[in-house]
Amino acid sequence: MDGLLTLSNELAAAVEHAGRAVFGVNARPRLGSAGVHWRPGLIVTADHTVQVDEEVTVTRPDGREVTATVAGRDPAIDIAILKVDAPDVAVADVGDSDAVRVGHIVLAVGPGPRASWGVVSAIGAGRGARSAAGEVLNLDLTLYPGFSGGPLVDVQGRVVGVNTSGASRQLQLAIPAAAVNRVLDELGRRGRIPRAYLGVGTQQVRLPEGLRQTFNLDQPTAVIVVDVQPNSPAAGAGLLIGDIIVSLGGTSITEPADLKSVLRPDRVGESTIASVIRGGEPRDLQIHVGERARRT
Amino acid sequence: MIDLAGLAERLRRVTVEVSDGGESLGSGVLWPRGCVVTNAHVARQSRVAVRLVDGRRLEGRLVARDADADLALLRVPGTGIPTAMVADADAARVGSFVVAIGHPFGVRGALTAGIIHAMGPIMPGGRPWIQADVRLAPGNSGGPLADASGHVVGLNAMIVGALALAIPISRVTQFVRAAGVEPM
Repeated sequence: MDGLLTLSNELAAAVEHAGRAVFGVNARPRLGSAGVHWRPGLIVTADHTVQVDEEVTVTRPDGREVTATVAGRDPAIDIAILKVDAPDVAVADVGDSDAVRVGHIVLAVGPGPRASWGVVSAIGAGRGARSAAGEVLNLDLTLYPGFSGGPLVDVQGRVVGVNTSGASRQLQLAIPAAAVNRVLDELGRRGRIPRAYLGVGTQQVRLPEGLRQTFNLDQPTAVIVVDVQPNSPAAGAGLLIGDIIVSLGGTSITEPADLKSVLRPDRVGESTIASVIRGGEPRDLQIHVGERARRT
Repeated sequence: MIDLAGLAERLRRVTVEVSDGGESLGSGVLWPRGCVVTNAHVARQSRVAVRLVDGRRLEGRLVARDADADLALLRVPGTGIPTAMVADADAARVGSFVVAIGHPFGVRGALTAGIIHAMGPIMPGGRPWIQADVRLAPGNSGGPLADASGHVVGLNAMIVGALALAIPISRVTQFVRAAGVEPM
């Protein structure tokens, strides 16, 4: 009895605490989304809900509408950063997403604040492009309309992720706070969020059993190079059509989307090792991660 | 200690099933002075059957009905069962734990748990609701939404999307008082 009351009060306090840093984001037709005042003057939201490129209207926790500008996007993990002038609005209490465990009670908070609750049902690699966030949090809770981009909060009101309704309505995902922090660090360091570029086109291939045994590989698949753009980092590293990329920067590559998960914005400008199989022989190629030209 | 089973047990005792004698119409809450409150869309006839937690069937006589508020008040003969405890009007907070008890799809005394999602109208200018992140189904109508201490905060009335809408308990007590039944 007392336990339930305590839990109930903690949940309500967590919503109140986190809700002080939740903005409404109006950057797509009809349905708005949510944003988290993550660092002073910077709101984190879900990239897919920001369908305009420059100015957006955001609703402060006190209901006032102000203008924000798009400061950067990382579509690979569905994160967009908005810049806002709201020094009097509380900044979220960002927690350690690495401490989140399967079974933890969590809350999704939307503008208002409104809230839903549930548990972390799995922690693991996302499917496709979202695997770029590293481990994503799979949630057993309802993300109500307008909750995308809002905070996933622990029972102490600390933000441990950013909610983004997954491809299906049944499976709800959150991008862990640690991945969001990396994007913000990058924005702070460079003034923008660069997008990594190799200049290589790949397709998934099955690795024959013999090859796997010879090179002691666990993975059943890798990717084969089908295109190398001239004057690209891939060309500079000597990658050739027909090379099988087994790993990049020490991470196994089992499908083309895995390349994206390695090529985080913070890797731009760094050198890394691509392990390839060429003509049945292993090779390590040093590759300099370039930056994708920006749309103007 | 978290004793959800004990909370469910106490709430089941004050939750009745309203039927037309055969088909279940919904749920209701045992109220002081021999009354049951339920939704107007559950109690449409002047006489309905009220089934108590112990299986007894009583005749419920409709004494007040407000279709706009979706509330109805029934009189039942003495049950001998303690009636529901009612929460303070301002006890509900967004995020606080709530449970619903009812008879969804005829499953008697089913418990669902969640939190308060928001309070107020769904659309600007609409009527106020307690909006709860709790799973409801047809048959929950008229049943209690209660807080962690078992006090009733609202009367479950509608489902919108995945959201449960309950009539705030202050509105229910107001309706009962207007029907001439004074609180004890």
